[in-house]
Amino acid sequence: MWDYSEKVLDLFYNPLNQGVIADLHEPDVAVVYGEVGSIACGDALRLHLKIQESTETILDSQFQTFGCTSAIASSSALTEIIKGKTLDEALNINNQDIADYLGGLPEAKMHCSVMGQEALEAAIYNYRGIEIEEHEEDEGTLICTCYGITEPRIRRVAIENDLTTVEQVTNYVKAGGGCGSCLAGIEDILIEIKQEKAATATRVAAEISAASPDSLSPIQKINLIQKVLAEEIRPVLMADGGDVELFDVSGDVVKVQLKGACGSCDSSLATLKGSIETRLQSSVATELTVVAV
Amino acid sequence: MVLYLDNNATTKIATDVLKVMFPYLSEFYGNPSSMHSFGGQVGAAVQDARAQVADLLGAEDTEIIFTSCGSEGNNTAIHAALAAQPEKRHIVTTVVEHPAILNVCKHLEKKGYTVTYLSVDGRGQIDLMEVEAAITGGTALVTTMHANNETGVVFPVEQIGAIAKECGATFHVDAVQSVGKLPIDLKNSTIDLLTLSGHKLHAPKGIGALYCRRGFRFRPFILGGHQERGRRAGTPNVASIVALGKAAELARQNLLNVDRESRLRDLLEQRLLALIPDCEVNGGGTTRLPNTTNIGFKYIEGEAILFMLDKHGICASSGSACTSGSLDPSHVLTAMGLPYTILHGSIRFSLSRFTTEAEIQQVVDVMPGIVEKLRAISPFNSEQSEWLQGRDLVRAT
Repeated sequence: MWDYSEKVLDLFYNPLNQGVIADLHEPDVAVVYGEVGSIACGDALRLHLKIQESTETILDSQFQTFGCTSAIASSSALTEIIKGKTLDEALNINNQDIADYLGGLPEAKMHCSVMGQEALEAAIYNYRGIEIEEHEEDEGTLICTCYGITEPRIRRVAIENDLTTVEQVTNYVKAGGGCGSCLAGIEDILIEIKQEKAATATRVAAEISAASPDSLSPIQKINLIQKVLAEEIRPVLMADGGDVELFDVSGDVVKVQLKGACGSCDSSLATLKGSIETRLQSSVATELTVVAV
Repeated sequence: MVLYLDNNATTKIATDVLKVMFPYLSEFYGNPSSMHSFGGQVGAAVQDARAQVADLLGAEDTEIIFTSCGSEGNNTAIHAALAAQPEKRHIVTTVVEHPAILNVCKHLEKKGYTVTYLSVDGRGQIDLMEVEAAITGGTALVTTMHANNETGVVFPVEQIGAIAKECGATFHVDAVQSVGKLPIDLKNSTIDLLTLSGHKLHAPKGIGALYCRRGFRFRPFILGGHQERGRRAGTPNVASIVALGKAAELARQNLLNVDRESRLRDLLEQRLLALIPDCEVNGGGTTRLPNTTNIGFKYIEGEAILFMLDKHGICASSGSACTSGSLDPSHVLTAMGLPYTILHGSIRFSLSRFTTEAEIQQVVDVMPGIVEKLRAISPFNSEQSEWLQGRDLVRAT
């Protein structure tokens, strides 16, 4: 059984501000709502706000929640916290504030407080007419139950940011930062991504080697340079806290940007000539030269 | 006051069971393997318990191996079946098994075995045509549950077993939920291995048994001493074995009275369905255990219902994501293709021989109010059912 605080149970059994707000079309008053979650996820919150337009102050707040004990309690807590606040003040409220108000939440239930924060954001954005980016990836196998992070989201962020370790994933999307039971699952996803990348690289290399080196098209050449950078050079640099990114290729000149420790390191030049150029010359084309930009 | 309707999770130790086990926790502490009469009398008690368990199953004494729990029984059975026919690398099971089967199968897939997971229909029942198509000459093991822990749906195990036998596969049945609730006669059966667990039939936790058909080439899972005729090492858990024996004897007597349980279960279902709109029985359309009902209350979430029930001292369980610890709703209800509105709002009530009509009525008295209160909080309702339907597709697994 979940170890809920007294406050959570109290707000669950006797929820405050449960319901909707009727729009009476009063002057200087707007009634809006924000919605997060879905019935598929197992919890959903519709947060209603009554806002005084001239001062952007929240006059009233009510909630409707489909969800568990802590989802209902978190929603109710949120409505209490934001009453009387300005919209800017309300936007500064984060999920930890909701959890603190409740006297803490079990780690696996922290996503309930995240849901509250997101619904608040959605309601305010609604009022201000800001579109919220919707990701299809919110549907999919749930990996991190604490923060409600799906596999597609972890995959996207990991691929976009070249994340290679579980710790990085936790820092970027919070997944794995709660109870930690999904850490192995995150690792499996990273391994899969790595395998997929390797398979793609092998395929590209095979396509390239089918043509003779002299007849490499510019695209093939760039692909091969990127593959060598990604698989042979970057891991070495990253181990020392550095990194390199391909900036441009014009003719036989490969322009790269050195990052991290490499960018300020005295041995940058040696690194460049010694490691990157030799590697690219042997793996791609002997006439290549490397310059840092 | 506790009103306990979660007997598929675990059961109360029967008073008579507690009584017989107690001396083996105090004065009769000898080791049954010892060569002195102080230990020998303990050994005799273990043998008596073995006979009691065998009687409940229609088995011979030597076909009973005591284990520590249902999970051990299932792990052991799968291990033994694969060791018996090492050249075969195929397993057939179902998508709705207990994790003690499913996770072993997933592990074996990583070790190179092929596993066929039989599907279930909307009632939670399997299709014998699919069973027939799945089992081949290369199948080492067919393992299915007798009755599902969440819905109580009973599989036609003898018919499955007949197909398994034709193909030369070992047939294991996880009968943890059915032993003591349904008559089982292993003398006239296709079952080679059968798992049971003590705490589901009013014996303590930490004791179980595995039936192993005479003549089956059994290889032990736990290696060590020669206990249990060399089939399960480890000093026997004597007090719990004695308790399991007594519990088996009581369960055998109670088999004559299970109609009483099913009558109370039906009463509970009928009254709740009559009083509460938008709810339905999961698995209601097929053979079920006499003690189990699983009801989906639409538009609200199961954990919230459980906490409301808890306030009234009522113990039940839910297949909702929030109660599973994994945030995925019940794999059983998901496999049945039930819509999310039902998946997340499903509540299982499981009765025992100790359940009374007054208790059933208490649940009937409080449940409509609980559902009404939570539905008042929920943003979803029956007017949105069309809108929900579009978002209500069950994820492909």
